[in-house]
This record gives sequence, structure tokens and C-alpha cells, in this order.
Amino acid sequence: MPDSKPRVALFVTCLVDLFRPSVGFAAVKLLEDAGCAVEVPGAQSCCGQPAYNSGDRRSTQAIARQVIAAFAGYDYVVVPSGSCGGMIKAHYPALFADDPATAEQARDLAGRTYELVSFLVDVMKVERVSARYDGVATYHDSCSGLRELGVKSQPRRLLASVEGLTLKEMRDGEVCCGFGGTFAVKYADISDKIVEEKTDNIRTSGADTLLAGDMGCLLNIAGKLERAGDPTRVRHVAEVLAGIAGPALGEPGGES
Amino acid sequence: MKATSRAFKDNARRALGDPQLQKALLNLRTGFAERRAHAVSQLPEWEKLRDEAVAIKRHTLANLDFYLEAFEQKVTAQGGQVHWCRDAAEANAAVLAICRRLDAQTVTKGKSMVGEEMGLNDHLEANGVTPVETDLGEYIIQIRHEPPSHIIAPAVHLTKEQIGESFRATHRALDPARRLEDARQMCDEARAILRPRFLAADVGITGANFLVAETGSSIIVTNEGNGDLTQTLPKAHIVLASLEKVVPTLEDASTILRVLARSATGQEFSAYTTVSTGPRRPDDADGPGEYHVVLLDNGRSALLGGEFEDMLRCIRCAACLNHCPVYQAIGGQSYGWVYPGPMGAVLTPSLIGVEAAGNLPNASTFCGRCEQVCPMKIPLPRMMRHWREREFERHLPPRTYRLGLAAWAFFVERPALYRRAADWGARILGYVGRARGRFRALPLAAGWTRTRDLPAPEGRSFMSLWAERVAARKRA
Ligand code: SF4
Repeated sequence: MPDSKPRVALFVTCLVDLFRPSVGFAAVKLLEDAGCAVEVPGAQSCCGQPAYNSGDRRSTQAIARQVIAAFAGYDYVVVPSGSCGGMIKAHYPALFADDPATAEQARDLAGRTYELVSFLVDVMKVERVSARYDGVATYHDSCSGLRELGVKSQPRRLLASVEGLTLKEMRDGEVCCGFGGTFAVKYADISDKIVEEKTDNIRTSGADTLLAGDMGCLLNIAGKLERAGDPTRVRHVAEVLAGIAGPALGEPGGES
Repeated sequence: MKATSRAFKDNARRALGDPQLQKALLNLRTGFAERRAHAVSQLPEWEKLRDEAVAIKRHTLANLDFYLEAFEQKVTAQGGQVHWCRDAAEANAAVLAICRRLDAQTVTKGKSMVGEEMGLNDHLEANGVTPVETDLGEYIIQIRHEPPSHIIAPAVHLTKEQIGESFRATHRALDPARRLEDARQMCDEARAILRPRFLAADVGITGANFLVAETGSSIIVTNEGNGDLTQTLPKAHIVLASLEKVVPTLEDASTILRVLARSATGQEFSAYTTVSTGPRRPDDADGPGEYHVVLLDNGRSALLGGEFEDMLRCIRCAACLNHCPVYQAIGGQSYGWVYPGPMGAVLTPSLIGVEAAGNLPNASTFCGRCEQVCPMKIPLPRMMRHWREREFERHLPPRTYRLGLAAWAFFVERPALYRRAADWGARILGYVGRARGRFRALPLAAGWTRTRDLPAPEGRSFMSLWAERVAARKRA
């Protein structure tokens, strides 16, 4: 019954597209396993946060218009990132206060947009996944996912069904990792201090794997751990849930 | 107070490299947040209370002129006086005029952020009046000649050892061999030093947490009781308050007090809540001979009705500072003016200009914890973004940054072009970085790679791999 399947458009996000396509494929697998018909609209690039957070409203609006058009007509839009999901869901509608027609379209898109893992649990009612991962993982709650979209229990629920995986909470798991997009480059010293706290907490948690739902945080945390020579593996939560486990972030030998 | 907000980045770098400061900040990081969380968890109606507090302030701000005039009428009717001051200079002049008229040699002061904003201590000293801070934290930074680092705990950036050293260096008349190790001992010592000064002071100056329109009262909360002595003993009591401190009724003030204490220190109520209404009446046992309210605008009325109006709800509880990862990393003095942390990042550009304070609203990860804990539900990240937009409109960010952003936007707005560029980027970076799996140095991300590696891309963009997969599926 292919017709009864919800049509889901994947918003890949620019960081997954560039750094870690395997997260995109993991997302596709999880969505298909959950009974969705997945499509990837070609006219996508970035959600516009770098412009938005730099105060460039005009570019942000142009990018948002483009996303609104590219993702029109799908039942759902799913994003493997709380940050980009939050951008579309919580911020797009407010961008068009003086353009009611576009604002309406933005609200419509916002209503159909979900972060990946919360979509699986809250909308598709997925209760478990069939995957195996041998290790002890700790989960970092990325800020936008947690505070804008309420992503907290959903990843933990699904991770609990992964065979071989133990989940351990770290201290201050809800505290920012210091990435903040351009912040990490513009205020690199401060960003570094914040991620140092985060990696200290990861280390003392006793986990051998750090999971999160946002590439930005993952690149930041992985980069800090690697510079310190720490062997903790860093992965996007979707990789583990989908049972796709190539080299961890920053490990040699990515597929070419 | 002279602003060093322009040097924010240098200030922050120094703060990050200061081991004493980092040690002090470590204590702050756990204490405040845990106590607040506990207090909030003990109060089932917390969210309801928060909503009530927000509604009170909203209503007041919408009718600010009315309530301020009502407040003044009550104060006047009780024999007090309200001084309306447009800016710090007018407010300083008003305070000095009172001191001169009463021939004041010394004034005692309770904690007042508005006083800091005015730079009152410097002004008094320059005019021959000696101000004595009576709040322990304020006293400590006064003897060290430092600005405050926190809006409710001004000396929180110092370790016990540093404070002990300052006491020894300042209180030279005391036995140099005395023990001075814990907070209790230091507190007792400060008390002993301050006691005679309370009695000698001609004028007492305090801040205000609230001005109550209904009764013409000012209210302060402290945990040391120093405010009471400051204001009841001298000839005159001067209250320094910014105009958004007014609330309609005593009942309103007590509602907000309940969220204030919990948000600030995790207490249900502060140890001392002092309500002052007018000067001493004939049958009062004690009290000041005169009662003055110096009401400071300093740019606040310009925020009414605009995108920063919500900021005027702020009750200075400091929860946003205590939960801010940036504040926790660099401390309050790095912000370079009176108000640090998220509330300062919004307020400071409003008061001293975004040219001088542009770094403040930019130095945020937008993690959103400040808004989450703010009892007055002030959308701090959104307002920081408004500042960034104003900066951008005025071309204030560096040229290289703006050009980089424009180049990036050019591609992002053309997805077909972007797709090709992304795939090439992924291929090149993936190829170069594959052997190690990460980069230890990258030209455009030097700040990042100085202290962190950058994981290498896997080698192809998702969009190009997906296109191949779709094509293969079609062929099959
Ligand atoms: S902005 Fe909110 S959290 Fe921060 S000091 Fe003001 S009231 Fe408290």
C-alpha cells in the first residue's frame, strides 16, 4: 500500500551534506523502516542560520523563502538536527511579520517540520529500533533541540532498545557545548573553554561514546576530544539507531 | 562608570587565563544553579507565579507614566521628594546637592546597580564626600577599586584568599597575626569596621528593588541587613532607582519578590525585606530626617514600545548570568560595564550604544538557557539577535566577515551551484583529511584549530551520493 505511506521530505542540513553523508543515509533508513516514503528535494542547501545569527535578515528571508518553496506539498519535513529544525519551526514564521502570505506558508511549513528522532517517536510512534552497538554511550542534549523542540526523552527511549548499548548520563548534559555556529570561530577562546567543560563531563561519565543529534555540536566536541588524544567515539545518534557505524567522527578512513 | 566593553575580546582572553578567577567561577557554576533548581522544584505553582509576575510588569510598563506620577504624589504627600533625572549626570548632581546642603562628609551606601551605572562613588569622592559601601561584596570591591562582576554578588569573581589579602592590606590597625580564613571571620571583621561608619554617616544611599505607587514606598531586599542601618541612621535617605522599578501595589511587589528570591539565591524569601515610606514621622522611634528618590531614566524610556521593551521587565535576579555558559567562562568584568551576562548583553547596548557594546550581544551561543530560567520570561536571545541586526544594518561587523557572509549567501541562495560546490568541498577536504580523519590546522578556521581539531568530511556530499543512488534505483 505505497499510497498510504506519509510522504516525508528530508532536509539534510548543510553540515551533514558536507561532513557526514552517512547521517543522511541513516536518517533515510530510519524513516523508511518507520514506514515513510522518503524524498530529498534537490533545491536545498542550508536553513540560513549563519545569516540569521549574524543579523543579516534579508539573506535569511531569501533563504527561508527558498526552503518554503522546496518543501511545499510534503506531509512532513524531517531534519537530522535540532538546530536547523528549530530554525524552521520556531524562527521562520517570525521572519515574515510584514508579509502575511509568506508568514502563512512559513507557519504551514513549521507545522509539518520535525527533528528526526522526535519525529520517529512522537509522530511515527516508533518504540524500538533493531540495531546493535557495543559500548557505553552518553547523550548530549543540543540546545535548540532541547529548548526549542523538546527533544529529550525520545532519543533515550530509542537508544534503550539498541542491543549492546548502555546509556549513562553525564553531569550538565543540558548545558551548551560552546559551538554556537559562527560563535565558535568569532569567539574561539570562549567557545573552547565551554567545550572543555563539556568534554570533562563526558570523560567523567565513564562513557566510551558521545552521541548527540546535531552535527555542529558533534564536530565541536569531537574536535576537542581528538586534540586531547581522548579515544571517546563521537557519533550522530541516527548512525547508532540505524546500525550504520563506519568510522566515528574524526577517525581515519572515511569512505571516499 | 567607564566602559571597557569595546575591549571585550581582550578582557575575555585575560579572564580565561586568570587562574584565581577561574577558581572563583568554578564555585559559582554549581552553587547558584543548583539552589535555584531546588527552590523551583519545591514550588508547584512556579509557572503560575511567573506568569503573574510577567503580567504585573507588562501592565505597569504599559501605564508607566501613570504609575510613576502616582508614586511621586504619594512620596510628596509623605514629606519626601522625587528627583526626575534624565541621565547619570543629572542624578549625580541631585545626590551631590543633597549631600552639600546637609554638609555631609561621609555617606553609607547599600548595594545599588543604578549607583554603579551613575558612577556615583567617583563623583562623590571627586567632590569631597566619602562613600562607604556597606554590602559586604560591594565593600570588598570598593577597597580593591574594582567594578562589580555580578549584579547580586559583586565580588563573586574573587577567591577567599584574595579577599583575605585585601582585608589585611586595608585594615592595618588590626592584629596582622589574626585568623582570616573563612567567610564568617571576614564578615565579622567587615562588620566591626563598618559599625562606627554607620553611626558617623550623614547620608545613607540605597538602591531599590521596587517602588510602590500605591504607598509611595521603596523596597529593598538584602541578606545582610546593612540596608536598614544605611537608611535609618543618617539625616537623609536617598533611594537610587531606575524608572522601571515601579509596581502598582504592595501586593504586586510581594508576588514578584517570591520569584525574585528563588531565582536569585534559591531562597524562598530574602533575609531582609525593607519597606521605606517617607522620612521619619514625629512619633517614629527612628528614621531619616529626609527621604529622596532619585529616579533615573538614562535611556530606558526610549525602549518603551520598541523591540527592547521586554527588557524593562528585568528584576535583576541574575539567574540569566548564573546559567550562562559564556558568563561562567569569563566572569562579569569582561563585559566591561555595569551589567554582565545575557541581561547585560541586551541592556548595555541600549544604555551606552551598540558601537561601544556590540561584542556583547554577539558573544552568545544562543543556547537559550537564560530565557528558560528568566523569571520574567524575557526573550534574551531574540533581543541579542535584534542588536545583531541593527549592527548589520549599520555595517558595523568587520568587512571581511560581511564579505564572507555575502559569498556564502550567494551559493546558498543558488542550490544547484551550491550542490556542486559542496560536493567538491567534501571531495577535496575529505581527500586531504582522510588519512588522519581530521585537521589540526585550517587557514579559515584558525581560531577553532588552535585548540581543537576539525573532523574531516567523509569525502562526498550527501546530495551527490543521493543523486547517484536515485539514478541507480531508476536503472534497476
Ligand atoms: S533578564 Fe531575567 S534572569 Fe536575567 S536578571 Fe533580569 S529578570 Fe533575572
